[in-house]
Amino acid sequence: MSAPNTPDLLRFITCGSVDDGKSTLLGHLLYDAKLLRDDEMATLGDPPDFSRLLDGLALEREQGITIDVAYRYFSTAARDFIVADCPGHAQYTRNMATGASTASLALVLVDARKGVLTQTRRHSYICALLGIRRVVLAVNKMDVAGFDEAVFAAIEREYRELAAKLGITDVTAIALSALDGDNLVARSPRMPWYRGPTLLEYLERVPAQHDAIDTPMRLPVQWVNRSGQDFRGYAGTLVAGRIAVGDAVVALPSARHTHVTRVFDGDKDIDAAIAGQAVTLTLADEIDIARGDVIAATHDAPEVADQFAAHILWMDEAPLLPGRLYFFQLGPASAVARVTAIRHRVDVDTQESLSATRLEMNEVGYVHLSLDHPVAFEPYVKNPALGGFVLIDRQSFATAACGTIDFALRRAANIHWQALSVDRTTRAASMQQHPRCLWLTGLSGSGKSTIANQVEQRLHALGRHTYLLDGDNVRHGLNRDLGFTDEDRVENIRRVAEVARLMVDAGLIVLVSFISPFRDERRMARDLFGAGDFAEVFVDTPIELCEKRDPKGLYAKARAGELRNFTGVDSPYEPPLEPELHLRTEKESVDALARRVVEFLERG
Amino acid sequence: MSELSTLDRLEAESIHILREVAANFERPVLLYSIGKDSSVLLHLLLKAFAPAKPPMPMLHVDTTWKFREMIAFRDRTAAETGMELIVHINPDGVRDHVGPFTHGASLHTEIMKTQALKQALDKYRFDAAIGGARRDEEKSRAKERVFSFRDAQHRWEPRRQRPELWNVYNTRVHKGESVRVFPLSNWTELDVWRYIAREAIPVVPLYFAAERSIVEREGLLIMRDDERMPLAAGEKATLQRVRFRTLGCYPLTGAVRSDAANLDEIIAEMRASRTTERQGRAIDHDPKSSMEAKKREGYF
Repeated sequence: MSAPNTPDLLRFITCGSVDDGKSTLLGHLLYDAKLLRDDEMATLGDPPDFSRLLDGLALEREQGITIDVAYRYFSTAARDFIVADCPGHAQYTRNMATGASTASLALVLVDARKGVLTQTRRHSYICALLGIRRVVLAVNKMDVAGFDEAVFAAIEREYRELAAKLGITDVTAIALSALDGDNLVARSPRMPWYRGPTLLEYLERVPAQHDAIDTPMRLPVQWVNRSGQDFRGYAGTLVAGRIAVGDAVVALPSARHTHVTRVFDGDKDIDAAIAGQAVTLTLADEIDIARGDVIAATHDAPEVADQFAAHILWMDEAPLLPGRLYFFQLGPASAVARVTAIRHRVDVDTQESLSATRLEMNEVGYVHLSLDHPVAFEPYVKNPALGGFVLIDRQSFATAACGTIDFALRRAANIHWQALSVDRTTRAASMQQHPRCLWLTGLSGSGKSTIANQVEQRLHALGRHTYLLDGDNVRHGLNRDLGFTDEDRVENIRRVAEVARLMVDAGLIVLVSFISPFRDERRMARDLFGAGDFAEVFVDTPIELCEKRDPKGLYAKARAGELRNFTGVDSPYEPPLEPELHLRTEKESVDALARRVVEFLERG
Repeated sequence: MSELSTLDRLEAESIHILREVAANFERPVLLYSIGKDSSVLLHLLLKAFAPAKPPMPMLHVDTTWKFREMIAFRDRTAAETGMELIVHINPDGVRDHVGPFTHGASLHTEIMKTQALKQALDKYRFDAAIGGARRDEEKSRAKERVFSFRDAQHRWEPRRQRPELWNVYNTRVHKGESVRVFPLSNWTELDVWRYIAREAIPVVPLYFAAERSIVEREGLLIMRDDERMPLAAGEKATLQRVRFRTLGCYPLTGAVRSDAANLDEIIAEMRASRTTERQGRAIDHDPKSSMEAKKREGYF
């Protein structure tokens, strides 16, 4: 594999506020290091505008800002580099996090005239959150700051204070001018007081990515490889330690022990592999191992748990709401997760902890997380590959958050999974809706069923789980023993209300479409439900109009005396006095009315 | 071994990505374009799933204007690796005799490449298409995720890319949506050649310098691969010692003058090169069709 003199790889990011000269710095560095190609140079204009090198999207060039992270690749004689140029705006923090997650070093740019700004703090916080412990503080625009050593020293001092608070342990400050090229590649004669390295010297000499080779072995299983009758291999990337044929290993979470029989690099048998390599193992015993399990060194295995305290950065437009369910992805392990509590939110600009009931996009918080089954993990600071996770919205599939595990909430070396108690709240949370009974009352022919049908279709399209209880249909089954006497009418409503209550308990949005002419009956139904779980919808259509429509010919029969006790003809209808919704069908279309009902429901 | 080199890391990262694809998608496919990047990708795919066969087919979208040596290499590769090869040609384009000389580079590429690719992805209902694109190729590619989400119309929306942290990839898509996956995102052209040399991966011989029949046209050195290429008055093909840095449709792919006839010489040439590889692509010089615009429409 690697010959001793093959280059190593440094992955770093650049971040800083708008107009700090980030793109100019990178462009000029590459130019001075003679790493730009002729056709690239030609696109920069004359004199070269280095910022144009990186803003790759049409929109970015139009607006003159960086929206998404751009990756740039270059090599010097010393090593290979991947640099992620990260956007500065707070609204694109998630893109900055994307860049920072794979970097081992951050180059933080500060304008010498402005010093440490809010955005400097924000970026440094995100870097620290994602485990970057080494920062180059590039104090830029020294040319317009008169090459003043005192200016540089003051900024360096202020930043070191910030870094210390954030746990960024290694800070190197460099005084430079990106525009003129001072201290990028060549030492600046204009700042003789600066004795540190030039930027390129620093980047070439700083230790590159360090692999966790000397820590206990961990292999998260990505893929179970079956070939022929007998071959069963476990494929994945070694995220820590070394593995060799004969090593004793344990599979987690099952905790079954065995040892390694073969290690494959592609189709070649090898004796051993180290952290960072993608391998396939075979094991001595046939034990059940699936994608997402972790094969680990027996003598020092990671913990297994289903509840965690974690830092998260919320990245979705829809805010984080405790109780909602999300897909959880930790390496190849996936689960369903619920944020059980937001312990606090962090103001990343001031590092203050604030209380919070939700997290909005780009906010950072410290939360408790509960999974539907246990996974093997390690604290992020110990091993990012087993402690860094994302949350995915179950409806939109958007990547809603990234997070870093701090510790398990219960020490869980030997616990087994305890089911969350399943109650109304959990069922509702799993359906991601507010279960409710929507009671549509009105004369026969008023349009209850038509509206209810439309509402149900619209709710269905929104991914809601619904059920429609229609008066006529229920009378064919559940209530077919009931007639139209007053007692039977009450019993009819009681049964339907009870059924609706069970369905609401099961998590559904239940639409009841019943004439239900009497206020007392409707009150009885309402009393079965908790506050906010029942809404009365008055489908208000003048009787003349109902009679004109008469979709089932019932009014004609009633007028002819063939039907007794018909509401509106020879039996009264008591209109609701304070319905949650009042729908006048002669004024608005069915479409508009259905939309109003859905809006009412979706408002929560 | 005590430390991994850049190539070791890139290889491991790509294999990791390929395994994620296989584990998470119902109908993944390897987009095989026959070029050096595809050769590397196929090699990595075979490594990722050895000793088993990779659990996906390869798809070649044939514009009917590829170099003949490419097609021969493609069929040989499929036979030698035992990979299932699906070849798709846009039947509408064939019916209408679409080609770069009659319809222009942009329209030809749109119909025979972009449309054809979408047709094939829809026809076989592939939910993940793995491609060999690298971020160092072009500015808008430099911004693209490894798992790049496409809507049901195959469109890329650069402003709404999913955050992508560590090597934890969000692979979830709704029915009809898909992802393009770029396992070589972090490789450079030089990495590709160094890896081809290290692993002794076969590539199309057109990459190596040889005497070839060349027509100079609009600053590009075009190899006249068959009689379909009309010669303008006064134009004639001459034998020149050239090689190709990228491969595509022969009328749209410029050669470079070179004496690099083996991998070591190519790598040495690469290190000294003052231009990027896409310079030889006619399609990239058409201002109306930037790579970003093409990608938004569903181009790879």
